[in-house]
Amino acid sequence: MSRAMTNTTDQALVDTPDYPMPRAAGCPFDPPPALRALQAQAPITRVRLWDGSTPWLVTRYADQRALLADPRISSDTTAPGYPHISAGVRERRTQARTFISMDDPEHARLRRMVTATFAIKRVEALRPAIQRIVDDLIDQMLAGPTPVDLVQAFALPVPSLVICHLLGVPYADHDFFQRNSKLLINRDTPPEVSRQAQATLTDYLDRLITDKLAHPADDLLSRLAHEQVRTGELTQRELAVVASLLLVAGHETTANMIALGTLALLQHPDQLAALRATTDPALIRSTVEELLRYLTIVHSGRRRVALADIEIDDQLIHAGDGVILATEVGNRDEQAFADPDALDLHRDARAHVAFGFGVHQCLGQPLARVELQVVYGTLYRRIPTLRLVGDVADIPFKHDGAVYGVYELPVTWSTTHLSETA
Amino acid sequence: MRVIADQDKCVGSGQCVLAAAQVFDQREEDGIVTLLIDNPPPELHEAVRQAAAICPALAITVLEEP
Repeated sequence: MSRAMTNTTDQALVDTPDYPMPRAAGCPFDPPPALRALQAQAPITRVRLWDGSTPWLVTRYADQRALLADPRISSDTTAPGYPHISAGVRERRTQARTFISMDDPEHARLRRMVTATFAIKRVEALRPAIQRIVDDLIDQMLAGPTPVDLVQAFALPVPSLVICHLLGVPYADHDFFQRNSKLLINRDTPPEVSRQAQATLTDYLDRLITDKLAHPADDLLSRLAHEQVRTGELTQRELAVVASLLLVAGHETTANMIALGTLALLQHPDQLAALRATTDPALIRSTVEELLRYLTIVHSGRRRVALADIEIDDQLIHAGDGVILATEVGNRDEQAFADPDALDLHRDARAHVAFGFGVHQCLGQPLARVELQVVYGTLYRRIPTLRLVGDVADIPFKHDGAVYGVYELPVTWSTTHLSETA
Repeated sequence: MRVIADQDKCVGSGQCVLAAAQVFDQREEDGIVTLLIDNPPPELHEAVRQAAAICPALAITVLEEP
């Protein structure tokens, strides 16, 4: 190798930025400045991960959509070039594989076993039950002492109660599965701890499925146990792994949207006032879409690997290369959204990629939407004086999470001016 | 306008139903797209275009000419 070439290689190594990148101090809702710079100057470029690998990072919205919908892009977590989030997440995604880590046709076969549950009409039918859950939790908060941590008192229980109701998992076990979910979703969890957490959760659900086979109830686990395990389509263990995915995905993400969304709204009092004053379902719907876009809590990118050479935007991605679609900055692309850094509850943000894009787009998105519509449409109306205790600078943000959010959110309110009814 | 929905490509995200419930529905058994009408009236055209644009599986084709 010539000296010049060595130097070029060294220079390339020095110039390859680390991913993920830190957010700017004082800008907890905005993507890292270094990501914005790449979007402007090097929209498809190599980055360096925790394990020293250098996959492609794609930062523009249009490129992200094109690649996520491209059948030459794979979600196979066992492929050698697949860019894993961390050693812990790699452990889980390779040991306990579900359809989110597979390609078609296997992906479609497995995903279609559970899509009916999340169909729009089915989820819409859950709205009254979700409204009751939200109102009961608000009643309990109002009856208790202040200040209160909104994460523990409200943001986590809402989606946990909903997913337990849907799956048929006893909510009494929530401390147990929330603790294990947290381990599975943190970037920094060591592989052996991640493996143990996944095994513990799968064992628990496996036992529950045995129970559902003997005593079926009107819930998703009972239905899948009878339709898929009894018929031999899935082994009981495979169903337990799918159930663990639904349980984890079903509450961590929505909980983060509730708490972080509330903080974002409290920091934008004009917008919050407009939301609080409305009963217009259209504004509540657009609020959910805009907060999904603005916050994009999946802030470690969507991870893929190329199955063939792909030419895009003057770059050549080779077969076997890892590809990361940084949707957390794609949703702030000015080519896709006018004035992208403004939180504007009235904008039409429906084309956001907060749930991903392509065949792997979030399965539970209709449920997440209804939960968030009920929460954002109820919480600030029933507690109009809800406010943060202390300074936003003191809030612990989940910089280390595969999913972004806040660890706690201390809030209080004035006991006068409470709205009596939902 | 004519609408085509590809049931093999569909992943049941339900985005089309949210965008244009008068045109799109989902099968009871697996949430896969079905068409209620394939030649929507002009007042639904914009909603149908939106549905096609946000479908994550690119399963909806809109033919503007009849």
